Amino acid sequence: MPTRILIPSGVLCLGFDHIALARGVANRPDLIAIDGGSTDSGPASLGAGQSKYARSVTKSEWRELMLARAEAGVPLVIGTAGTCGADACVDWMYEITVEIAAELGQSLRIARLYSGQPTARVAKAMQEGRIRRLFPAPEISAETLAQMTNIVALAGAEQIQAAINTGADIIIAGRTTDTAIIAALPLLRGDHAGGAWHGAKVAECGALCSTNPTSGVIQVDFDESGFTIEPLAEGAQCTPHSVSAHMLYENSDPFILYEPGGHLDVTKTRYQALDARRVRATGSEWVPGRYTVKLEGARHAGYQTTLISVLRDAHYVANAQTWADKLHGFLDALISKRMGIASDSYDLDFRLIGINSALGAMENRQGSPVEVGVLLIITAETQALASEIGKLANPHMLHYPLTENEELPTFAFPYSPAQSDRGALYEFGLNHVMELDDPMSAFRLEVTEVPA
Amino acid sequence: MTKAAEIAHKIRSKNAGPFWVTVDVFCGTPAAYTRLTTDLTTETVAALYHQPSQSLKRFEIPDLHVIKFSFPRPVVQGNRKDRDMHGAQWATLLAELDL
Repeated sequence: MPTRILIPSGVLCLGFDHIALARGVANRPDLIAIDGGSTDSGPASLGAGQSKYARSVTKSEWRELMLARAEAGVPLVIGTAGTCGADACVDWMYEITVEIAAELGQSLRIARLYSGQPTARVAKAMQEGRIRRLFPAPEISAETLAQMTNIVALAGAEQIQAAINTGADIIIAGRTTDTAIIAALPLLRGDHAGGAWHGAKVAECGALCSTNPTSGVIQVDFDESGFTIEPLAEGAQCTPHSVSAHMLYENSDPFILYEPGGHLDVTKTRYQALDARRVRATGSEWVPGRYTVKLEGARHAGYQTTLISVLRDAHYVANAQTWADKLHGFLDALISKRMGIASDSYDLDFRLIGINSALGAMENRQGSPVEVGVLLIITAETQALASEIGKLANPHMLHYPLTENEELPTFAFPYSPAQSDRGALYEFGLNHVMELDDPMSAFRLEVTEVPA
Repeated sequence: MTKAAEIAHKIRSKNAGPFWVTVDVFCGTPAAYTRLTTDLTTETVAALYHQPSQSLKRFEIPDLHVIKFSFPRPVVQGNRKDRDMHGAQWATLLAELDL
């Protein structure tokens, strides 16, 4: 059965074209799907179980989508709610939804899909040989699993289908694959499987697959042999090139995409321009495989304090690396002398902004910058210790001389106090998949009736 | 000397998940594609990113005039020693490569 999915944008909080959204609703979609996050911005969101986006923006955009849902009379699905899809983020999104529902006087059935994995479940799966490494994967053990503050599994189409089958008006899903929220309904209705996953992959970043990437709104029609994609903003176009090129994006292999229960292969896909704005794709293949879900986990990796000192004096700019190296040695000695702690209980990392701070050892260009920003990143086991080292480093980041017999230099501190406590540092600790006999065995569905 | 960016239409890089970086070279024309597939050897690109050649995945997509390189991140995204959270500045090394 042909299925029409409306995708308002690549991620909630990125904004969308309001007129295009209204056009999408008028086109009578079968479901509205939007992504709520990914690992794009790093491990902090998953580590802390918090959204990286502002609550105000989340609420304001979600309200618009809830109004669009009410008008269309179809389910609204958000995947990877609250950036990382941890259970706490699903609850955060649920709280916002209930708040808006009360303000709008909407009565709703809300399904929450939880993707959080208790350490014990993953440890048991490891004992049973159901955890497989992807490449490259960090070593894991029961001990390292216990260090994770959050572990999530990426839900696929099956778990979203289970949520759809509850008859929910709104589905707030924890971590899912970016594609699953779009592919679930077409697959449920028997549309072409290769087309469902491929169309979902192309549309998951919203209008990024079109000539007007910031306009957001995309509509995909799925059917028995493929999909047709159309951007809804005025003047935006999808071309065979823009659509086929999207498989390259944030994907290490441009032809293959792994999902729970198999993989998509677009090697033989044919792309056809239906007109100036619509593209049809056929021939994408879905290759069934073992039912595995990818795991993501983040663990505490200490606490950080940072300082920035700006060198403008030409002599110091020319010798910035030497200055930082000497200062590093000086601070190590001072920390040992004054604080009496071993050098392996903290880390000092100097980044020379203007020299090689983005690329480090890979940098192969040299220039003559006007000034150099010296960013000192201190990592230690506790915030108190990192902060104490920051205070110890402070006067030397300001005054450390290149030579002994010169007048004390004073560099530029951009603010006072010069040191900033960054809080906890998190690291990704899993690049593994977990095999499941029953797709729902690692996920939990909760359905709530919210009266107006 | 000509830089790769002067021949290609666009060169971009981005993480492909926290453990990989991928670099896409959009050549733009068949002529640029022919030239760049020849000049951007696996060894040259691997050396640029301090990778062993066997770690570098190379894809040539003639229909799109695209060459794509993917390799494991030497530092996992967001780890203490990471310098570019999104891996998007890595493209500059390839863009500035003298051919």
